[in-house]
Amino acid sequence: MEKPEDLLLDIQHLHTAFRVGDDFYDAVDDVNLTLRKDEILAIVGESGSGKSTLATSIIGLHNPLNTKVTGDILYNNLNLVGLNEPIYNRIRGNDIGMIFQDPLAALNPLMRIGDQIAETLVYHTKMTKEQRDARVLELLAQVGIPNPQRTFRQYPHELSGGMRQRIVIAIAIACKPPIIIADEPTTALDVTIQAQILDLLRDIQKETHSGIILITHDLGVVAETADRVAVMYAGQMVELGTAQDVFAHPTHPYTRSLLRSMPQADADDDELHVIQGVVPSLKNMQMTGCRFAERIPWVPETAHEATPTMHEVGPDHFVQCTCYKTFHFQDEDATQSEG
Amino acid sequence: MALIEIRDLKIHYPIRSGFWNRVTDHVLAVDGVNFDIEEGETYGLIGESGSGKSTIGKAIVGLEPVTSGHIFYKGEDITKASNRKRLKYNKDVQMIFQDSLSSLNPRKRIEDIIAEPIRNFSNLTPTEERKRVQELLDIVGMPSDAMYKYPHEFSGGQRQRIGVARAVATNPKLIIADEPVSALDLSVQAQVLNFMKRIQQEYNISYLFISHDLGVVKHMCKEMSIMHRGRFVEIGSKADIYNDPRHIYTKRLLSAIPDVKPADREANREHRKAIEAEFRDEENRYYDQNGRVYDLQQISQSHWAALPELKKDGEA
Amino acid sequence: MWKTILRRFLVMIPQLILLSVLVFVLAKMMPGDPFTGMITPQTDPKQLDALRAAAGLNDPWWTQYFRWVGNLFQGDLGNSYAYRRPVTGLIGDRAVNTFWLALFTLVISYAISIPLGVIAGRFEDSNRDKAIQVYTFILLAVPSFVFLLFSLLIFGYILDWFPTSGYVSLNVDAGTPAYWLSRFQHILLPGLTAGLLSTSGTIQYLRAGVIDNTNEDFVRTARSKGVPERVVFSKHILRNSLLPIAAFMGNSITGLLGGSIYVETIFSYQGMGQLFISSIGTRDYSVITALTLLFGFLTLLGNLLSDIIMSIVDPRIRVE
Repeated sequence: MEKPEDLLLDIQHLHTAFRVGDDFYDAVDDVNLTLRKDEILAIVGESGSGKSTLATSIIGLHNPLNTKVTGDILYNNLNLVGLNEPIYNRIRGNDIGMIFQDPLAALNPLMRIGDQIAETLVYHTKMTKEQRDARVLELLAQVGIPNPQRTFRQYPHELSGGMRQRIVIAIAIACKPPIIIADEPTTALDVTIQAQILDLLRDIQKETHSGIILITHDLGVVAETADRVAVMYAGQMVELGTAQDVFAHPTHPYTRSLLRSMPQADADDDELHVIQGVVPSLKNMQMTGCRFAERIPWVPETAHEATPTMHEVGPDHFVQCTCYKTFHFQDEDATQSEG
Repeated sequence: MALIEIRDLKIHYPIRSGFWNRVTDHVLAVDGVNFDIEEGETYGLIGESGSGKSTIGKAIVGLEPVTSGHIFYKGEDITKASNRKRLKYNKDVQMIFQDSLSSLNPRKRIEDIIAEPIRNFSNLTPTEERKRVQELLDIVGMPSDAMYKYPHEFSGGQRQRIGVARAVATNPKLIIADEPVSALDLSVQAQVLNFMKRIQQEYNISYLFISHDLGVVKHMCKEMSIMHRGRFVEIGSKADIYNDPRHIYTKRLLSAIPDVKPADREANREHRKAIEAEFRDEENRYYDQNGRVYDLQQISQSHWAALPELKKDGEA
Repeated sequence: MWKTILRRFLVMIPQLILLSVLVFVLAKMMPGDPFTGMITPQTDPKQLDALRAAAGLNDPWWTQYFRWVGNLFQGDLGNSYAYRRPVTGLIGDRAVNTFWLALFTLVISYAISIPLGVIAGRFEDSNRDKAIQVYTFILLAVPSFVFLLFSLLIFGYILDWFPTSGYVSLNVDAGTPAYWLSRFQHILLPGLTAGLLSTSGTIQYLRAGVIDNTNEDFVRTARSKGVPERVVFSKHILRNSLLPIAAFMGNSITGLLGGSIYVETIFSYQGMGQLFISSIGTRDYSVITALTLLFGFLTLLGNLLSDIIMSIVDPRIRVE
């Protein structure tokens, strides 16, 4: 259903396993996902859901000694899984730009801002030093730095948190990559700065027609920025759909529970909804069946699939496992479950 | 009479510079704030990083020396050490921190962590003490075998609940909660907030709830104030602040909260852009020439805002 | 920057005054005096008293102290009773010897420790790393004089590759190329051994720095830019790991300038460390006080030097 020329990334059966002791455990378990041109795809989940692992798998930054990545990540007929380092290095920065969570830690404290942005250009373009400097100044202006000339020569500690995150974004977009991965880009920032950074990301996306993967735990951020949303739980993707569908018609029990546990802007100050139990750790993950089943024990076992698969519930809207069909909250009548 | 009355509280830090390293200026971390915390109520303190909100919390528990002003507890000024001692203030006022891992001693078992304030303030026999710890763990919904474990063996939410258990161990009247849930996942945050509410109802505890998250504050607090540059820009009830914000900074904060309705996205964005533009144009009008927030002016029975001059129409 | 340095120098003045009083009083409290060593059954106590009075040793201690400080400012640190010559000249000669040995030791030390620290950090837990760890632990565990004695015994006496004492051969004329060659030969063995001995700290620091920095977010950022691993290492990891080493260099330099008591004594190398030990033996306290004061000054200077180096290499602590 998607036009092949719009397809940027095609992730199929991706598994990313970490070594714990002598064994490998899947932190990302059989994820199938596509990224299209001109969209912001949000991957949302709580800690331990595997969302950040998924991002680092795409850009291939895991330590190969204790990580195993299998499956396919197809980009321009090239499989990024198992790609050799020299070729991968030509793709990183040039075809995929990455934005990290903590903008202070993400910048080298001993290097001038200008040099850190120019470094990307050094390895992917044939620009001269003068051309690079000109491009860096252009980028600084593009990400909304008030005085590019001055900031060019400054060090990271001389800038505020919001300004630093703009620098990190400038680094990521320096080579105009078709794919940008933003891993919790606003988590370390104040709300007013967060709004500015999200607006900036949106503007950049519109300008460059790139595809952005936005990794976040914040449902509000997703609702404000994303075109499509993938909800992850315990290493698996449980729901995928347009932001409109996922927020207006959340379908998987996990998505519904999560939205319900938010302090609602217009709700009264009653008790918040609490999901029973805890997110399983990597070692305690049950390998078969619906992983969310133990958090909703009142749902009969027969409602779940033995081997959960994705079901299409609407155009471009997919849900894992069959338990969504009969799911209702404990305080709800089973018949009026459809939210 | 309110449980806690803060009057003209100022906390200034000296800036040293020049050849002789003399005090040349001051950072006005907190610069003249007034508010009351009523018994059994939750008072919200909202601000972005560097606003001075945490400094107020620390000053109330006595972790931060007060430059001037008064903190009255049951009518007596506890900025004086003698009053603190006589009122058993340190027993009555406890604190919950944001980072549950670094605020719990990693080499101590949960039993000792929770028992520590009990040991400081009362003489219980080991058996009584253990019983009390069990009781406290029960209150926050943790199994009693948790007491033999160490902090790293728990998840973030469980650790935060242990932090709550430690804070309520001395039957305090007031708990200062400094960003208690901002490091937690959504589903865990709900759990901790529910516990905090339940304990409040059961033991009539007051909270000072310090947060940058306007959604959480709205859920927890009836009264609140918005802080910027060490001063209050607006004080009011939940309805005052969220439905009728008067100060440009409050409006700016509110417009920045992401909404969970994707359909309203563009409208929100337009609204936010308009507020941001207003903030840029009007910033000078809302702060004096030194960037200082004006004094508060009463707007209604419960609502105060730091406006340049009293405006009858209220619409900026 | 210059203001800060000047201020730091001014702060050093009261510290040095305190140190000088302390040093002077402690030296006075030592049993005996320079003339005690001359006592033989034939010595006339009256003659000894006269000598003491002439040397001003019977005055109250503060009078002696102010006289000493007054002279100090004229560059006169008194005379060495043991060597019968001015202390200033004596220390000056020794300082030159110590300086050359210190410089050589420092070069050797960094030439060995930096590559080893980098290898250990970059290939953490590999066999190379483990071997280097064993090496540093042996260095830390075995007392340094044992190493020094063995190297003197093996390379000096048994193999006879190096001269075993002094700082220059007696049969060369000062200033000639042969003279400088001889001096170099004399610092080879003590310098190599002492350099080797002082590597363990730097290796451990650097190893830890490399390992820590490898896991830093900014290294991940560099990798995400597509920077080749070799460059990521040299430009981002190594540079940032050398920071603490550079910062500690000020202290290392001045520490070595004080002269190593062990090295100089065992190799009978006429430097300040050896002078210090021998003057304690002979109760030559004008030398002892002068040297202690100098060592104190060097330590303070080392701290200042470290701070200056740090403010040059780390933009975060750049002052004013």
